[in-house]
Amino acid sequence: MTTLTLAKAINEGLRTAMEDDSKVLIMGEDVGKLGGVFRVTDGLQKDFGESRVIDTPLAESGIIGTAIGLALRGYRPVCEIQFDGFVFPAADQIITQLAKMPLRSLGKIKLPVVVRIPCGGGIGAVEHHSESPEAYFTHTGGLRVVACSNPVDGYHMIQQAIRCDDPVIFFEPKRRYWDKAEVERGAAPLAFDRAQIVRPGTDVTVLTYGPMVKTCLEAAAAVEQDGRSLEVIDLRSLNPLDTEMVFESVRRTGRCVVAHEAPVFSGLGAELAARITEACFYSLEAPVLRAGGFSTPYPPSRLEDHYLPDLDRVLDAVDRTFAF
Amino acid sequence: MRVNRPKDGDPISVALNAQERHVTFDASRGAEAPPELVQLLTPEGERVEHPAYDIDLTPEEVRGLYRDLVLVRRVDMEAVALQRQGELGIWASLLGQEAAQIGSGRALTDADMAFPTYREHGVAWCRGVDPVNLLGLFRGVNHGGWDPAEHNFHLYTIVIGSQTLHAVGYAMGIQRDGADAATIVYFGDGATSQGDVNESFIWASVFNAPVVFFCQNNQWAISEPLEKQSRIPLYRRASGFGFPGIRVDGNDVFACLAVTRQALKNAREGQGPTLIEAFTYRMGAHTTSDDPTRYRVAGELEAWKLKDPIERVKAYMFKNQLADQDFFDSIEAEAADLGRDVRKRCLEMPDPHPLEIFEHVYSEPHALLTEEREQYAAYLASFEGGER
Ligand SMILES: Cc1ncc(C[n+]2csc(CCOP(=O)(O)OP(=O)(O)O)c2C)c(N)n1
Ligand SMILES: [Mg+2]
Repeated sequence: MTTLTLAKAINEGLRTAMEDDSKVLIMGEDVGKLGGVFRVTDGLQKDFGESRVIDTPLAESGIIGTAIGLALRGYRPVCEIQFDGFVFPAADQIITQLAKMPLRSLGKIKLPVVVRIPCGGGIGAVEHHSESPEAYFTHTGGLRVVACSNPVDGYHMIQQAIRCDDPVIFFEPKRRYWDKAEVERGAAPLAFDRAQIVRPGTDVTVLTYGPMVKTCLEAAAAVEQDGRSLEVIDLRSLNPLDTEMVFESVRRTGRCVVAHEAPVFSGLGAELAARITEACFYSLEAPVLRAGGFSTPYPPSRLEDHYLPDLDRVLDAVDRTFAF
Repeated sequence: MRVNRPKDGDPISVALNAQERHVTFDASRGAEAPPELVQLLTPEGERVEHPAYDIDLTPEEVRGLYRDLVLVRRVDMEAVALQRQGELGIWASLLGQEAAQIGSGRALTDADMAFPTYREHGVAWCRGVDPVNLLGLFRGVNHGGWDPAEHNFHLYTIVIGSQTLHAVGYAMGIQRDGADAATIVYFGDGATSQGDVNESFIWASVFNAPVVFFCQNNQWAISEPLEKQSRIPLYRRASGFGFPGIRVDGNDVFACLAVTRQALKNAREGQGPTLIEAFTYRMGAHTTSDDPTRYRVAGELEAWKLKDPIERVKAYMFKNQLADQDFFDSIEAEAADLGRDVRKRCLEMPDPHPLEIFEHVYSEPHALLTEEREQYAAYLASFEGGER
């Protein structure tokens, strides 16, 4: 067991993956000597060399497009997009090529490309550095989309994503990069497309992922003394969704709140609410409610605490499910 | 005066490429001739002639440029200090790039339009943007904070390279209006790799748009040195797109002014785009969040300090008695006042009201936003005193 920050845990996961498989490459802006702006790739270029840890030209479309070519040649590129807001120049390659090429080849082509994206707000950054673009990608068939929320998952899920033969969009909650936890390297990890109950409870199921997991756990702890028991589920995989675990929980609790930083409108919460309504209709005591960002561009950082759903906003949604 | 001839490669870049950086390819391969650098004022403050570019400045104009350089450096210093004290979230310093920005900025006419990155505080100054307005974005109270049409200075653009296409489109508008104006667009060496920038070259070329591409090659894109972006001098990229490219000493305010003036004139007269590569150096960190000691050697900065854009103007003015000590003292005093004023007004900048999140997203009422706004207002009001 070692205590690692999330950033360091992903770093160790990358290192292990590179040791295990010489085809694993790291590519991105400033990932080499600098070790990435969040130091997630710190030390890797020094140890694995410039041909495996590649400081790329400043061009996101180029990063993903060439990663596809490298994958066609048998490599397993792990691409870093420096910040969430800068994935869009690469959106064309991700959506029109990465997601679709395997199918077009009738499965002959495998594209084991991982796209790492530090995501979410809460760090006081300027615009384009605090966004949560996951729904654009969950909406695109052919991509697996996952979000880690803690060092243990950071360490294991990045390795699972790299081993996966499908393209994986890998979200990392940047405001949690410095959170620490004990990581057991040898432990058998949970499959990376499975959700996890991170706090069992009986009254309301709270579905969340990435940076909001911690917020929801705090919310659950805060209402415990009021006698209200929240079950918090870390979805981990956003596409596919582990609906089995979600439905089982909601059928038990009868109430559900979904919390994410991304705008509520057309967000992942909408998909979850619809599916839960279809599958658990007769178990529901209240409609599925959502706590999330507004339908506006991400605001200037001095207002981000109002934009981001915090403990109070999550609990407000919880309260409202009891008002029905 | 001595005549500035093409040298055997720019000494600094050659030295750096060969010695201090890890070179993964032969930087000279594919280059027919060593890069030419337009310079009118040497680092020692000596005026030199260039066969194609000249500039005739009155003593007053020289003093004006010096004042600009000193004042924008002061504003920049103050902003760095404000960030250190927690008043700004981040700041992108222009230190070392003052001449490139003042020279090109002063070449613009009122009718010309400028499209900046996030570092063009010197150009903003030339356009008459109140320096305090630049701080809003970095303080986190707004995403811009000035009216681009008021000063013909567009909002800062953080997404690398995007603004180059906007500038070309704007130039196409100027062209269709038959106006006597041009656009200038700023971007970095790193940005030259972006698809948008390359597309903007193509559009400008095909439509013969009245645009000047002003690339400040400050040698670094965060931690990546120029050779990660290009194996030829950047100004030579232009020829492949079918328009002229020029490398200018980016630390020489006279040369930047002369070269930009000419390029803008050509654009206005229907001769289409020009790429100007201002060869300069980012003397500070990429931003206040960056730690350059992780990726570059201190000696590099020391070498560039000898080419400081302000010192050479000062030396030139002294040598030619264009100003006395009183003048320099008065500029120092003005800079100190400006710094104090910027600081004071930065601290006075109010935080926006939470419900401003919903403002200006659409030009007309929008049902979803109206609903979210009302819900959030009611939610805020449910807390004691309406404060969360
Ligand atoms: C599309 C996009 N990708 C990545 C970034 C992150 N980023 C900000 S500045 C920068 C380097 C820019 O280098 P350069 O173009 O040389 O300009 P400089 O900062 O040196 O002025 C990077 C990679 C960004 N802002 N936009
Ligand atoms: Mg640069």
